[in-house]
Amino acid sequence: MSEPTSDLLRFATVGSVDDGKSTLIGRLLVDTRQLFDDQLEAVATASAKRGVGDLDLSFVTDGLRAEREQGITIDVAYRYAATPTRKFVIADCPGHVQYTRNMATGASTAEVALVVLDANEGLKEQTRRHLCIAALLGVRVVIVAANKMDLTQWDESVYTKVVDQVNDVAQRLGFTDTTVIPVSALKGDNVVERSYVATWYQGPTVLEALESAPAGSWASSASGARLPIQWVLRQNGGGRTYAGMVNGGEFTVGQQVTLMPQGITTTLKAINGPRGALDVALPGLSVDFDLADDTDAGRGDLLATAPLPTATREFEATICWFSDKPVMAGTRLRLKHTTRSTPVMVRSIAGQLDVGNLTVADVTELKMNDIGLVNLMTAEPIVVDDYRDNRVTGSFILIDEVTNATVAAGMIGHANFI
Amino acid sequence: MTTSTHPQIDHLDLLESHAMFIIREVVAECERPVLLFSGGKDSAVLLHIAVKAFAPQKLPFPVMHVDTGHNFPEVIAYRDERVATLALRLEVASVQQAIDEGRVPDPGPLGMRNRLQTNALLHGISKHKFDAAFGGARRDEDKARAKERVLSFRNAFGEWDPKNQRPELWQLYQGKVNNGENLRAFPLSDWTELDIWNYIRRENVPLPSIYFAHERPVLQRDNMWLAVGEFVHPEPGEVVERHLVRFRTVGDASCTGAVRSSADTLDAIIAEVSTTNLSERGATRADDRFSETAMEDRKREGYF
Repeated sequence: MSEPTSDLLRFATVGSVDDGKSTLIGRLLVDTRQLFDDQLEAVATASAKRGVGDLDLSFVTDGLRAEREQGITIDVAYRYAATPTRKFVIADCPGHVQYTRNMATGASTAEVALVVLDANEGLKEQTRRHLCIAALLGVRVVIVAANKMDLTQWDESVYTKVVDQVNDVAQRLGFTDTTVIPVSALKGDNVVERSYVATWYQGPTVLEALESAPAGSWASSASGARLPIQWVLRQNGGGRTYAGMVNGGEFTVGQQVTLMPQGITTTLKAINGPRGALDVALPGLSVDFDLADDTDAGRGDLLATAPLPTATREFEATICWFSDKPVMAGTRLRLKHTTRSTPVMVRSIAGQLDVGNLTVADVTELKMNDIGLVNLMTAEPIVVDDYRDNRVTGSFILIDEVTNATVAAGMIGHANFI
Repeated sequence: MTTSTHPQIDHLDLLESHAMFIIREVVAECERPVLLFSGGKDSAVLLHIAVKAFAPQKLPFPVMHVDTGHNFPEVIAYRDERVATLALRLEVASVQQAIDEGRVPDPGPLGMRNRLQTNALLHGISKHKFDAAFGGARRDEDKARAKERVLSFRNAFGEWDPKNQRPELWQLYQGKVNNGENLRAFPLSDWTELDIWNYIRRENVPLPSIYFAHERPVLQRDNMWLAVGEFVHPEPGEVVERHLVRFRTVGDASCTGAVRSSADTLDAIIAEVSTTNLSERGATRADDRFSETAMEDRKREGYF
């Protein structure tokens, strides 16, 4: 399948609070000259005002008043950077356990996780939690910055210990590509500029690793092509077309497509793209389809090519629970999956994942920031793929019916390591 | 993969398609959306994409101009031309009216009115019972905007709570609000200033003439070049000069700075934007210079 995004990499920073994620991103942006003069000046002014040295690099992305006052990241900052090789969309995520939902927000669209940890302290439980969530979300490539190496006097044995810990976890979580880099975000060693002190390290800098990391994993999928219908467009002179954004694979004019959950097969007569008629609709493109036969298709239905998804009302899923009100068997919520919303009931909690040893324990409820396996039943059928096959038709969110808060991220099926 | 049978799609195509997707989601999930149209380049691009998202149908929602009363005449002419050409329904949320009705204090004829926009905006939203307002804001504009969701929830007072935003996973945009609450929707969140200009060139999006280099009387104030006119008069010690300038953003005429520039074509503007050392807002907006968190503070009160 073609990967139109290979010149663009979306990555998210993950890891525990205070290990230096925002400082590393600040360093990366400053040393690759992504900041305008007035932005750099504003960071310097804010640093001086708060008495945190000449230039607190974390202030580049920690832009909220409360973040600067408390010295922590509260919510994701999105930054855009470009080097001669590649464009980057950076999601700088919070590390604090209380803001796990915001980390999941940032990581849900990432192709690569940039893990930042304090080399002196190794893999903490919160770092393991973030790695686990990144793996569940489908991230397969991780770049690990073993940070604060300057505080170890660049002791190679500290780095080696981190490498061993990371490799052990990476193997169990199914990461296909893992690079561990000894860095000092504060001093700038091995972020953009190569370290003169760590003479024993021959691998890539963080920037080099980001520039060469495989991209496009977001668009790749093992499902057929999918078009969740968003809107029905009335055409001039009668007739209707079905609008949505393509995922999972490509559609071609003349092809047989199946309308789900109705199960009606028809022919794709014409494709309209944002710039006119198309023969082929690629993933990521917003289009509208003209079908050969009259159907009752509407918002929430889905057009698909083989291998077809499953229309179901009962399924197993992995969820990250974000609400301070626990979820248990019998809890009623709303579910949003692709363009369809439906009432949903939790039939049972099948288990809770221990992020440390990756075992599943029997529990009766999931609390805030827990990851668990659940069995759900919806009022209307939804048309799903396993999350491992398709990140769009395999994902959903759960919504509190009274407050409208988003209380969970859900993935159809479960990861191989569970 | 051969390119003959598979037309390439690039970065701009993906940004455009994603924006169309967001606009359709909001229109499908909300009862009464509106598009905030200032006549600036970002709202011009947003409107262009919104029209595409529902073609050949008419745009299924109105546009609203939050009017400070301190306008560049070129921008108002452009606004009215767009409204007529695209057969849009235009609502105007007027700061002058807010002053006349005593909803906000009168800052005087030449006082800065940007902050007063919030009252006019919230008044317009509640008067028309809008539950979603599209805006052209981009995350690369400001450090507080960099933190904001694509669909930004606002309570019944229009306030943004940056410490308690809704999780926004994958591309599952959740637009449910209760009566009186509303959403701000930012389909161009992931665009950069350069993306906007490249898209304008590719799509021939019409723009107000003040974006292109032209000669006009200006004066220097607070390290910015302000256009001398109805709302900016020289104060003692200030010198009126004629220079070739253009505007990088369109805002309130009393506090939006011009940049010295000879860029009078889209190609020249793109070349200029690619090499500039100053951010868009840093170069041209006095309203963001008052404090470290000017944008965050305004957003908390209900600003765009």
